[in-house]
Amino acid sequence: MSANAARRLGVRMLALGYLALLLGAPVGMIFYRTFEHGLAPVWSAVTAPNAEHAFWLSLEIVAIAVPLNTIFGIGMALLLERGRFWGKGLLGLVIDLPFAISPVVVGLALVLVYGKTGWLGDWLTTNGIQIIFSVPGMVIATAVVSLPFVARETMPVLRELGIDAEQAAETLGASAWQTFWRVTLPAIRWGVVYGVVLSTARALGEFGAVSIVSGRIEGQTQTLPLYVQDRFENFDSTGAYAAAVLLALLALGTLLAMNLLTRRTRGRTAS
Amino acid sequence: MQKVTMPKRTIAVALSLAVAALGLAACGSSSSGSGKQLALVAYSTPQGVFEKLIPAFETTPEGKGVSFSQSYGPSGEQSRSVVNGLHADVVNLSLEPDVTKLVKAGLVSSSWNANATDGFVTDSVAVIIVRKGNPEHITGWSDLIKPGVGVLTPNPFTSGSARWNIMAAYGAQLKEGKTPAQAQEYLKALFGNVVSQDSSARNALQTFLAGRGDALIDYEDEAITDEKKGAAIEYVIPNDTILIQNPIAVVGTSANAAEAQKFVSYLLSPAGQTIWAEKGYRPVISGIAAAAKFPTPPGLFTIQSLGGWKAVTKQFFEPETGIVTKIEQSLGVSTAK
Amino acid sequence: MSPPPNSQGALALGRPRVPAIGARGAGALGKGLLGIYLSALVLLPVAALLSKAGSGGTSAFWREISNPEALAAIKLTLAASAIVVLINAIFGTLIAWVLVRDEFPGKRFVNTLIDLPFALPTIVAGVVLLALYGKGSPVGVDVAFTRASVGLALLFVTLPFVVRSVQPVLLELDQAMEEAAASLGAGPATVLRRIVLPSLAPAIISGVALSFARAIGEYGSLVLITGELPFKTEVGSVYIFGQISNENLPAAAAVSVLLLLVALVVLGALSFVSHRRSRHVR
Repeated sequence: MSANAARRLGVRMLALGYLALLLGAPVGMIFYRTFEHGLAPVWSAVTAPNAEHAFWLSLEIVAIAVPLNTIFGIGMALLLERGRFWGKGLLGLVIDLPFAISPVVVGLALVLVYGKTGWLGDWLTTNGIQIIFSVPGMVIATAVVSLPFVARETMPVLRELGIDAEQAAETLGASAWQTFWRVTLPAIRWGVVYGVVLSTARALGEFGAVSIVSGRIEGQTQTLPLYVQDRFENFDSTGAYAAAVLLALLALGTLLAMNLLTRRTRGRTAS
Repeated sequence: MQKVTMPKRTIAVALSLAVAALGLAACGSSSSGSGKQLALVAYSTPQGVFEKLIPAFETTPEGKGVSFSQSYGPSGEQSRSVVNGLHADVVNLSLEPDVTKLVKAGLVSSSWNANATDGFVTDSVAVIIVRKGNPEHITGWSDLIKPGVGVLTPNPFTSGSARWNIMAAYGAQLKEGKTPAQAQEYLKALFGNVVSQDSSARNALQTFLAGRGDALIDYEDEAITDEKKGAAIEYVIPNDTILIQNPIAVVGTSANAAEAQKFVSYLLSPAGQTIWAEKGYRPVISGIAAAAKFPTPPGLFTIQSLGGWKAVTKQFFEPETGIVTKIEQSLGVSTAK
Repeated sequence: MSPPPNSQGALALGRPRVPAIGARGAGALGKGLLGIYLSALVLLPVAALLSKAGSGGTSAFWREISNPEALAAIKLTLAASAIVVLINAIFGTLIAWVLVRDEFPGKRFVNTLIDLPFALPTIVAGVVLLALYGKGSPVGVDVAFTRASVGLALLFVTLPFVVRSVQPVLLELDQAMEEAAASLGAGPATVLRRIVLPSLAPAIISGVALSFARAIGEYGSLVLITGELPFKTEVGSVYIFGQISNENLPAAAAVSVLLLLVALVVLGALSFVSHRRSRHVR
């Protein structure tokens, strides 16, 4: 048995060592570097006007993109799991497309459609609507990259749920909406919430697509991740690290939410 | 079969509100605040100077009540963004061709540079940045082609400002009395010593500071700014070097053109030019006390003496036939444009 | 760009069909709105991309892709991603094993942290790696501006995929088979090779597919630590960004479409293999 125990320990050390080198040490390093000169410089960096604006802009964009993706995500999940129509495979592929596209390519594609010289460019200019180089473009970019999550998380739950309860409700005279609102939605709510958390994490952290459509307007079209890059490029490492730590804390918050929810949805501890 | 019940309408209303909110954000982004707002789009280097210039302008009678939005990035990219719809009232770019693009797009009037300073707001010179202490004892262009010296410059096909560097080196050879053919040989030797070409001047500086290479060709104002920030560098002004001239222009089609012109006038005024000089940029008007600290290289020349940007771009940087293109290709470096 | 845990492969092809009870949950209005949403966000942009990439005909497309710098970037992207997902397949499975079968203090904490690369913005990941493994590194490891840095960043951002893919399957795995094999005299290596790994294979392959798709498109974490040096550390997404900056949209679109096709082909193939294997195992 001792050989077994030794092997077990060895495997554990290998796994933990890998994680420490790849994950633990770098993250620890960033916290150390940020706070090594004390709290004050970090606080003033984080409360700089552009930093504050970047923070609120990030939240604003997420507050629009995630609900849109939630509503449409549930709709897509329902279509795929309860609907019957030709082209389900295609719909699934379209939903999954953002996984296969680099964020930089998402930005490019959006410019090709909504930019001044893009497909809709003339119509948008005539009507005085600015999408690219403005907040709406960034919202769209964020929505695209975080599109699949709610749908993907809701689908398995819908499938497991089965249609029995829904059928029963319908035979009892409930309308389609009532069935959805009172039977389906409560049953899938943890899947939806988990999808929302994933979607939010992805949206908050989006960088590549947004950097192409943003126009770099300080205090207007800089999200927090873009702000990190801006500070870095201006050799303001304190500012960059402070914003990075803020984002890391938001990420950790998301992780905690994910952890708690995993146990709810899976009905057992995840480890 | 589906009844459109109340809740469905609620969803439709909610979605319309969301779309409306987006629409408002789109239209409203350019007109916020009680006073006028000017959109400044500039290349990356003067970001720190505008941090002083803008508040200073706002204390003047012309600048009262004016607020600014600022965007900084690589000069060529900024120029293209403005062409593509990035809102701008004032553009301050790294080199003249980037403004010419805007003239071609109908955004800037063709007489933008018909003024006392020919459209330029600041000058600088091409310098060689070296490590503190100058361990390789680099004093001029000829040291850069010595064997073993690692040179950094941005890629002139992605970075407009890199073209100043190349033409500085080339023009210096002509100044020293070489023939064009010999000057081209120099360029070839120079590129042979280049250890990496980053996509932008900013990136090249980062690479240099990270420890690669022995010499970085850059602008004097960038070198001064970084030295002040405490980077472990110093810089050498070669005897023969090019005068870098940075243009500024008002976007004529904007509603704030008059206000924008006032801002540009301020930047060209003694008060404005003094601030520029204090931050390491050579003034374009005379009589600025702070300008005294800038040494005048004995062999200073301008791009005009080399034929002007239009001719130079064609001769040196044309994607298929340019002199520099051919040199880069023979060394296996990207000339993809 | 990452999968939620528990999704069975990235492409939703061939899901079991549920008998429909009318057009549930989405009337004509709903379907219409959904169609507009998907068009505005995915279909139209992808169509514009394909159109731009093909705007000069196939010859122009090939020219853009076979441009030396583009080729170098594509090669680096594919090679680095392939190596990284291989490492992930091994270590990801290892980590999942330790998290499921092992017990040690702080295990819950470690398990939560696995998702950090997913939740952390990519630019922050880059800053984080640069602080430790770039210039000024306290441990004296400086891989900035090297190809190793590309691999390092990709390993970081693709960490969760295989782990999260394998974990639920490991949890479900009935250990009776392993115990039976052991009691029949099979050594741990044999048990691993012939019982455990085949059961895990579909999940590992699925995780690998998602890792790969993520890796070839990765951008933010590579911006700082690699130095983006053409022909040396420039990956596909960085090249695309550069071409967009240069207003060379056909070139950007061409390479984008190529990478997209590679991602779809790999995802599709691996999804296919994964499904086949899962059918065999049951």
